[in-house]
Amino acid sequence: MRGAITRVAGPVVVAENLIGAQMYEVVRVGALGLIGEVIRIEGDGATIQVYEDTAGLRVGDPVAASGAPLQVELAPGLLGSIFDGIQRPLPVLRDQTGDFIARGVTAPALDRAVKWQFTPIARAGDVLEPGDLIGSVPETAQIAHRVLVPPNTRGTLIEINAGAFSIDEPIGILQNDGARIEIKLAQKWAVRSARPYARKLDPDTPLITGQRVIDSFFPVTKGGTAIIPGGFGSGKTVAEQTLAKWADADIVIYVGCGERGNEMTDVLEEFPQLIDARTNEPLMRRTILIANTSNMPVAAREASIYTGITLAEFYRDMGYDVALMADSTSRWGEALREISGRLEEMPGEEGYPAYLATRLADFYERAGRVIALGKDARVGSVTVIGAVSPPGGDFSEPMTQNSLRVAGAFWGLDTGLARRRHFPAINWITSYSLYDLRKWFVENVASDWEAQTGEAMALLQEETKLMEIVQLVGSDALAEDQKALLQSARMVREDYLQQFAFHEIDAFCPPHKQYWMLRVILAFQRELMRAIKRSALLDRVIKTETPVAPPNNENGASRAQEPVPSKAQEQIAGEFAQSLAPGGVPMTSTDHGALLERALALPIVAEIARMKEWKHAEAESRARALIEQIEREVGALR
Amino acid sequence: MDTQTSLLTKHYRTLSYISGPLVFVERVANVGYGEIVTITGADGAPRAGQVLEVNRERAVVQVFTGTRGLDADTTRAHFTGNVARLGVAMEMLGRTLNGAGQPLDGGPAVIPEKFLDIHGEPINPYARDHPSEFIQTGISAIDGLNTLVRGQKLPIFSGYGLPANEIAAQIAMHARVLGTSEKFAVVFAALGITHREASFFIQRFETSGALDRTVLFLNLADDPTIERLITPRAALTTAEYLAFDQGLHVLVIITDMTNYCEALREVANAREQVPGRRGYPGDLYTDLATIYERAGRIKDKPGSITQLIILNMPDDDITHPIPDLTGYITEGQIVLSRDLHRRGIYPPIDPLPCLSRLMNAGIGAGKTRADHRGVADQLYSFYAQGRDLRRLVAIIGEAGLGAADRKYLAFADRFEQEFIGQGDTNRAIEDTLNLGWELLRAFPANELKRIKREHIVKYGKGERG
Repeated sequence: MRGAITRVAGPVVVAENLIGAQMYEVVRVGALGLIGEVIRIEGDGATIQVYEDTAGLRVGDPVAASGAPLQVELAPGLLGSIFDGIQRPLPVLRDQTGDFIARGVTAPALDRAVKWQFTPIARAGDVLEPGDLIGSVPETAQIAHRVLVPPNTRGTLIEINAGAFSIDEPIGILQNDGARIEIKLAQKWAVRSARPYARKLDPDTPLITGQRVIDSFFPVTKGGTAIIPGGFGSGKTVAEQTLAKWADADIVIYVGCGERGNEMTDVLEEFPQLIDARTNEPLMRRTILIANTSNMPVAAREASIYTGITLAEFYRDMGYDVALMADSTSRWGEALREISGRLEEMPGEEGYPAYLATRLADFYERAGRVIALGKDARVGSVTVIGAVSPPGGDFSEPMTQNSLRVAGAFWGLDTGLARRRHFPAINWITSYSLYDLRKWFVENVASDWEAQTGEAMALLQEETKLMEIVQLVGSDALAEDQKALLQSARMVREDYLQQFAFHEIDAFCPPHKQYWMLRVILAFQRELMRAIKRSALLDRVIKTETPVAPPNNENGASRAQEPVPSKAQEQIAGEFAQSLAPGGVPMTSTDHGALLERALALPIVAEIARMKEWKHAEAESRARALIEQIEREVGALR
Repeated sequence: MDTQTSLLTKHYRTLSYISGPLVFVERVANVGYGEIVTITGADGAPRAGQVLEVNRERAVVQVFTGTRGLDADTTRAHFTGNVARLGVAMEMLGRTLNGAGQPLDGGPAVIPEKFLDIHGEPINPYARDHPSEFIQTGISAIDGLNTLVRGQKLPIFSGYGLPANEIAAQIAMHARVLGTSEKFAVVFAALGITHREASFFIQRFETSGALDRTVLFLNLADDPTIERLITPRAALTTAEYLAFDQGLHVLVIITDMTNYCEALREVANAREQVPGRRGYPGDLYTDLATIYERAGRIKDKPGSITQLIILNMPDDDITHPIPDLTGYITEGQIVLSRDLHRRGIYPPIDPLPCLSRLMNAGIGAGKTRADHRGVADQLYSFYAQGRDLRRLVAIIGEAGLGAADRKYLAFADRFEQEFIGQGDTNRAIEDTLNLGWELLRAFPANELKRIKREHIVKYGKGERG
């Protein structure tokens, strides 16, 4: 079917005579055959968003419908690849058209020449339903690519072959009501439809990111969703890349959606060289990159996150834990806004289309932990971590607010922290996680995990309150225990929350090391508080000493042989005794700066700052030794 | 701009609507989107324009040189059949051109070696090479704390009255890659700046002897506004030719992007587009990205494009859409401070909101010095604390501070006077780092938490406070 262009306005083209065109059908536009997608139908005309630059298109140029919606190719060979937003392989495009992306160029997503070693699992005669396991291909050393019966396909397996196949060659034949269906390694899926699954599960396992502020305080589950909003320079991209490197997912899909070209180069150069500690394989072997940089066509940017999540669902269906990083969803939202504007739709808030919230919810709800289709009830998950780039760093804008509505964890980046070079600049007061993972951490890390993280968070919250006072009247107005609290909170911030993403050891911090680091800091905090109390009370015991012997009366008779301790003295002595035991009582004295200074000058303080560099395996033993030392040395302070 | 005419094109006298920079030409046939149009009014002078939208009835054309003097009756529109293209050549070095690429210096027309689409094509992300060569600008606040590397795009966020031009010219003069003497070129695009500002740059290029390695594209404040929309693209097309065809290291200076965005807004409003924030078009991000992203390096090619973009923040507001969207695209930003400027500190670069995203790739052992990262972070951190305390001092007075706090305060003052306020001297990176250590001497070694211990031992010798 061929139509003709009647209007061109930027990436939006209107064509006539496209009878029978379907919504979201792919069309080829103009003499160059630019790739586009039908986004509105009016009579026999259609509005098309074109994924490439439309300069030079003329009224009357041909438009050819393809009969199919925008699809991606799903087969072995995806891992380690780099695609643009509509799954064109960028290395192949470079071979074809050079260093710049020319228009109208197409290339199959995956290489037809590669032969994959297929080992059947199903046998001839088996009756197969969608999602049933047919066999497997070793896609990488770690990832067995499970070949499944595609959704909407079923029948009796009448033929199956082992051996080396390209992704186009039939590996077996299904028979269903007399129809013969060839099974190949490759299948296609329309990106805008979620792939089906049997059942959604409640997520209960954290995605371990190795980032202390996230795992300890705001964890996300496997199958959960998290958003990272932040103004420019607050570290969104570094955070996304760090998560892509270290998160304990089987497969990572990194979507560079409307971001910087040089940053994608960073990923491209770094990932093949980084070794995944769990598998000893280059990180690139578990990664798929989708790069649609900001200067690449805007409509393809809109498609890129759907392409990404479809690939994620494909591996989820095989039973893997997949993490999808989208940097940045705001650019996707802006693409939506730009196209909506060209369609002359009624604008909603800040010019975004009214369906922004629906589209966002549709996207985030494709995350989840599921039981996949198929007899063996594989469990897989897709975790979505989306960066948001609010204009002016103002979180009240529509993209951030609509994302908040659907995301399970919110890691709010703070420009103020970033300017102090506190990275990751996740604000611990405003961020939250709706996932309750206490059970997992208690079972897998430590029984008092919750108590420790809770205590540290309480310390940070108390610090925020005290800092308000300090900003008004200066730190001299604080009591000594409050000053000590500020020092301990600072320790939590600097020696715990701050984590340098490019440090050889500290880039990834496993949960058990997180736990022991926290134990050390909190031990220091407790001992310090106790020392200050002790010293203050000792001081008061001395100062409040009353005359020991009461004067004799005129009669010369002593009223009492023993001096009677005053009420105050009794109370202080009691407090003093109590202060030596855990728990303690509130403080009143304010003149013990020297003690705090001496405590902070102890070598253990420097050692606490170096905990980040401890080898993971040694963390527990070194932490235990350090805690003992803290108890000894701070405990000895008078 | 390529204005060669083909014999087969038609002239239309069917203008139906003229408003602002736009004209509507009715009943056109065979007109391409983005095509270049020559509009000739009653005065007989041809004006260049570009098709912004085309449908069966009409083409919407934006006229780069404005529509003053055009009428609907006699004006002719001639569709050239070409998208905007620029003839480029090595001999452009040393030339002064207008915003559309035609000579302003009285010299002959450039004999093109190649015609290129000024909109360019996106660099395949897979073909990009990661920028990692340190550029020494001679300015401590940049070299030490926000290092620039070859292939980076770094804007200077300025405010009206702040010396952004001086800093840009200083960088253009002093910038060099350590240990090399490679061929370089400067492409300078002036967007709506005044004659005074333009002649300042020309004079500085002249005195430094760089003028014959410079291509100047001048669209001054009194030149046609809409022409500004093609000036940066013409400049970058030239830069791409010089860098990727001829293998030069090209520094592109674009000033002032604020004027470009104003022009964009003017066209969008004339087209009655749905306005985004502050009336700027909704696709401002994408539009800016198609300019800024034309920087970088390409694998296996010797040349590079480094962009230095100057923009003025209206009312010094960094959350204004222009600096905001720019910051989301560029690899960091240099922010000038009115407060430092008032206190006579030059260059008045406020390090706190500054950032260079590619810094880590360009520094460290073998590039600058092993202690660079640590020193930068430590200076930064102490300075930030000092600045926080200043606010406190404003409330409670300096007497209310403890001894430790006063140390930070004194550090912040010295840091501004000595480290940032270097005047127009050209400081080598070694000197910048050594000065950093000198300032850090006020603190005992155990407070230098950001610096590796071995670096403190090696570089931080001498008495400590």
